[in-house]
Amino acid sequence: MTNPVKDILKSKVILVTGTNTTENHPIIANYIYEAVTKYGAKLIVVDPRKIKLVDICHLWLRPKIGTDVAWINGLMHVIIREALQAQPYIDERTTGFEELKQCVEKYSPSYVSKITGISAQDIEAAARLYASEHPASILYTMGITQHTSGTNNVKSLASLAMLCGNVGVEGGGVNPLRGQNNVQGACDMGGLPNVFSGYQPVTDEAVRQKFQKAWNIQSLSGKPGMTVTEMIPEAGNKIKALYIMGENPLLSDADLTHVEHLFTKLDFMVVQDIFFTETAKYADVVLPSACFAEKEGTFTNTERKVLRVRKALEAPGEAMEDYRIIAEIAKRMGFPMNYKTPSEIMDEINSVTPSYAGIQYDRLDKEGSLTWPCPTKDHPGTPILHISQFSRGKGLFSPIEYQPSAEVTDPEYPFILTTGRVHAHYHTGTMTRKGNALNRICSEAIAELNENDAATLQITDGSYVNITSRRGRVKMKVSVADTVDKGVIFLPFHFAESAANKLTNTALDPISKIPEFKVCAVHVERA
Amino acid sequence: MDMVKLTIDGKEVLSQMNNTILQAAQGAGIKIPTLCYHERLNPIGSCRLCVVEIEGYDNPVTSCTTPVAEGISVKTNSDRLFRMRQEVLKLLLVNHPLDCPICDKAGVCALQDLVFEYKVTNAEYLAPKKKQDSLYATSLIRYWPDRCILCLRCVTACNEIKGVRALSVINEEGAQRLSVDQEKCVSCGECLQVCPTGALTENLSPIKGRSWNVKKVPTTCTYCGCGCQLELNVFDNQIVGVTCKDDAGINRGSLCVKGRFGYEFISNDQRLTKPLIKKNGVFHEAGWEEALTLVAEKFSKIRKENGSDAIGGLTSARCTNEDNYLFQKFMRGVIGTNNLDHCARL
Repeated sequence: MTNPVKDILKSKVILVTGTNTTENHPIIANYIYEAVTKYGAKLIVVDPRKIKLVDICHLWLRPKIGTDVAWINGLMHVIIREALQAQPYIDERTTGFEELKQCVEKYSPSYVSKITGISAQDIEAAARLYASEHPASILYTMGITQHTSGTNNVKSLASLAMLCGNVGVEGGGVNPLRGQNNVQGACDMGGLPNVFSGYQPVTDEAVRQKFQKAWNIQSLSGKPGMTVTEMIPEAGNKIKALYIMGENPLLSDADLTHVEHLFTKLDFMVVQDIFFTETAKYADVVLPSACFAEKEGTFTNTERKVLRVRKALEAPGEAMEDYRIIAEIAKRMGFPMNYKTPSEIMDEINSVTPSYAGIQYDRLDKEGSLTWPCPTKDHPGTPILHISQFSRGKGLFSPIEYQPSAEVTDPEYPFILTTGRVHAHYHTGTMTRKGNALNRICSEAIAELNENDAATLQITDGSYVNITSRRGRVKMKVSVADTVDKGVIFLPFHFAESAANKLTNTALDPISKIPEFKVCAVHVERA
Repeated sequence: MDMVKLTIDGKEVLSQMNNTILQAAQGAGIKIPTLCYHERLNPIGSCRLCVVEIEGYDNPVTSCTTPVAEGISVKTNSDRLFRMRQEVLKLLLVNHPLDCPICDKAGVCALQDLVFEYKVTNAEYLAPKKKQDSLYATSLIRYWPDRCILCLRCVTACNEIKGVRALSVINEEGAQRLSVDQEKCVSCGECLQVCPTGALTENLSPIKGRSWNVKKVPTTCTYCGCGCQLELNVFDNQIVGVTCKDDAGINRGSLCVKGRFGYEFISNDQRLTKPLIKKNGVFHEAGWEEALTLVAEKFSKIRKENGSDAIGGLTSARCTNEDNYLFQKFMRGVIGTNNLDHCARL
């Protein structure tokens, strides 16, 4: 996020898109609710599903799934046409406005309406509402990114925010709400194929030299590696072995049947986890690790805030902390890693990662949290990014044309399938489906289908349907609901026995390499 | 913001004009007893414990609903106020059973503390009445109607903080009690968090350490990216509950159903406790030494035969920064590849 969560209370307008905040980030939904009911913020929801926040919003736009660039361009078209943009901000802080203006020229409300299914009036109303008051914040999640146009969707939202002078201001910003406890931290720590910790490129010679020196290694590879969505298809081919720590790709990846097959082609696979996951079945060695309650460390939340994790219990049996397991393997490969405590690892992180340089355990214990960039021990942290200027200097408007999703409906597969989470469960259910509590609330996967479609297909609420895509078939119970539009079926992906990702498409966003989980074509029939 | 000057217990206090007397007193470090008042909620004014006297006025007023005014002189303690508060507490105890020995809230109960502080030694208004059984408010929360003092904190929190509006007070057989709309309730437990007594208790943990025997370990939630601050309540090396400090983190005492009730996996008996090695398609338990050596040998062999880039690593958005940092160091430094990613994309 460019801005902290509490900033939402200072927003005059909140644009929420591709995030079912109430279910997936309930605490952030509290802030939206407070902003609207207590402080009078205007709420615009743009979502193909009728999510809970629609109940309290001022305007709800329901675009056809996968048409985000079109409606965002439509909003910008209206803002520019009616001269509602923040011209002094644009002149002073950004570049590329003319190109953007040219690009959105053709995205008139009537043109956009044809692509998105949103009425021209609503596009105009949303544009005026978003531009009418300042500051305005934008919140989004995977409903924006899990598309073949994901990166473009995000760039378009950034343009919209800059157009109205909303980046680098309190109460504004472009704010992705991150879905996993430490997905921010995993990225920050260099859990990516192209960067070391702190987003320092592996291709940069000086950066590599720094790490070589710090790690006491002759040479580090300067060739960016493969992403998860590139590695798995290469299993048995370019990739002979996988080391998987705390991940369950066999439920979270797209097109599972294919992934399953690929895993059997590996020469060697190690899975390090707290449970025997779907993925662990395919491993050659499974290593038991300690969970968050059994170790010391830090997580970095969606606000870039580094927070302490503290040990409350002993791990069961012989389970060990992940860092200790890694160090033990390294040692046996002739590379000693001697850390007595995670705090010593943080010291090393400080020394090689400028954005984390000032974040120490004693400060965290005293101050509660620190938001990176925090370059020195006396730096207070940086809750809001891009305040006086953008990280890259001038904020860049990216002119982007709408492109349809990779897989569109046809007579054989006439429904659009979209996936997501439900509030009682989390990701692949490895944690939330163990134990009674959350299963009492939600024990099985339930698909959502529009009542018109249900009537046509003679499907009743609570009955079962078979859902088939070009890649697989699952059987699932159905809730006949007005949450989804006609022609759309929503599936939660937590459930191994009816795994939504057996159906999903592996088509990737060309830049982020994120699969298009939010759109594929399926056939639905009574089971 | 306009400020006003007033006197509380002889002390001159400067306060924002839109504050209540209670807020002004709290700001000045003067304690007024409360049960229904909660910082995050609009004043409810149901318990009447926060009564104070204002010079020149005959009747005491509830400080949680009375705004400050320039020049007033407020008294928060007097014999009369003490007796009034005692009366309020005695009336509450007419319905509220003194079942503290079997109540989860014993030791952290606001009512228990106040009864002690106001020296209410016996409940004088004992009315004969039939004991009501505890009920399931939801599948995760138990409601004890006898213990409920109808302060309305839970109803107000459900409305004002969550906007869920699942709770209301209904009349049943001449008595008032809480009612839950199961369709609306999302089991977030906000009601539990704000309940000042043991009227709402968590219905999960079979072993419940007494509040004073439980170790509370402050940590960060393991589910979504909000980074909520919570306390794991530990008893006998098991999590027996999750609580929250009202002022900690972005969640300010709130949690969702996963954060508050999703802790059972930690002590689940399906947790992996020993390394496993697959031999002829079947997993066998192994010692750490054997497993680690095997992994090191295999990785070394594959690296030698097929090159570093034949090995890939998936690090984890579940694990800590320290785990993740070390994983990249391992993949880049030891294996020698940048084939490294995690499920941010998934």
